[in-house]
Amino acid sequence: MHYDFQFADVFAAWPLLAKGTWITVQLSLSATLIGLAIAIFCAWGKTWGPRPLRWVIQAYIELIRNTPFLVQLFFFFFALPAVGLRWSPYAAALVAMFVNLGAYATEIIRAGIESIPKGQIEAGLALSLKPHQVFRLIILKPALRAIFPALTSQFILLMLSSAVVSVISADDLTSVAANLQSQTFRSFEIYIVVTGIYLALALAFSALFRAIQRHALSYPDRR
Amino acid sequence: MRTFGLPDIWFIVAAARWTIALSLIAFVGGALGGLAVALGRTAENRAARRLATGFIQLFQGTPLLMQLFLVFFGAPVLGVEVSPWTAAGVALVLNTSAFLGEIWRGCIEAVPRGQWEAADALGLDYVARMRRVVLPQAWKIALPPTVGYMVQVIKGTSLAAIIGFTEVTRAGQIINNATFQPLVVFSVVGAIYFVLCWPLSLWAGRIEKRRALALAR
Repeated sequence: MHYDFQFADVFAAWPLLAKGTWITVQLSLSATLIGLAIAIFCAWGKTWGPRPLRWVIQAYIELIRNTPFLVQLFFFFFALPAVGLRWSPYAAALVAMFVNLGAYATEIIRAGIESIPKGQIEAGLALSLKPHQVFRLIILKPALRAIFPALTSQFILLMLSSAVVSVISADDLTSVAANLQSQTFRSFEIYIVVTGIYLALALAFSALFRAIQRHALSYPDRR
Repeated sequence: MRTFGLPDIWFIVAAARWTIALSLIAFVGGALGGLAVALGRTAENRAARRLATGFIQLFQGTPLLMQLFLVFFGAPVLGVEVSPWTAAGVALVLNTSAFLGEIWRGCIEAVPRGQWEAADALGLDYVARMRRVVLPQAWKIALPPTVGYMVQVIKGTSLAAIIGFTEVTRAGQIINNATFQPLVVFSVVGAIYFVLCWPLSLWAGRIEKRRALALAR
């Protein structure tokens, strides 16, 4: 069996691939930021909110975590427009992504809050720190430090699973690949290159997050 | 266009057997592969460690969908025509091997070093040390995350729909194209996954809590 690999068509399309890569990164970053806002609210609601709210949040988390992202995407893209809510593939993809991330991040943030011993908060208050200082210095930074690795790997998982949004043609990297494939019929070459781009993105982001963790979130080492 | 009725629901529910079959293949194959990867990752041999690390990085650093496409479009290049069924099975087994391998590596390393040394001092060889001392203890640590990962495997099988394998998600798409009742159709599809996954999630949570209690004691 002999096969001539022809990458020329794939590399000739680099501006399209670069644009698709940018849209994938953009979708993942914005979905993560919005998803985090949802998750912080839900973590608060699940820990301190009234009982009905806690129940709703729990249902949201269980529903999202126990159904595939692809089905959630179909639900937002096909089912909601059927009841009158029309939006673009890009918007549907973004919503599906932040709704998904919000559920996973809620549990991560809750774990972070629970990792702060109550005694430390009481100690902060006893030292007459203001509540916002207690929150910022005693809860937020150590909690962020504890959950940062989990959050960043959740971000990378989201970025990789965002390849799925190509099924509704959301203009992301995989959508570009699918279009190129139908024009050039070089599917294997295209998917090798695109897989390489995803791998590079995943490695680059995890290196970036490790650097942030080292510089911004480690305590000064005084000996 | 026709209306959505009981036969349509039945068509989607019946497709669940393919989701379950694919999940079982992925899980059983992935468990065997994952054990090999985990043993490679914790081996003393440097080449085995490197190989296992590279395998994990490759499969954890790329989308499952791309892995599926590469198997599906790549196999014909190597001269093998594969059905969507085979392609999905192969891709999911490889992917599950990488993730379970990394989870189990952590569990093997969590077995206290003294246990390894004690087994060594008793003159057990590698196989006996792993089989009689390390793996049984690692297994206890590994159970909750492994059950939790089964949920990910089941959800991952939905991607097989994209290459045309008719499991639950694809069955839902087919019915939706015929009846155009997306709200009902995708609710049914979602409900089927939920019924498959939720008990596993609850079980994983329960054994995790029990283990935490046992450790706290």
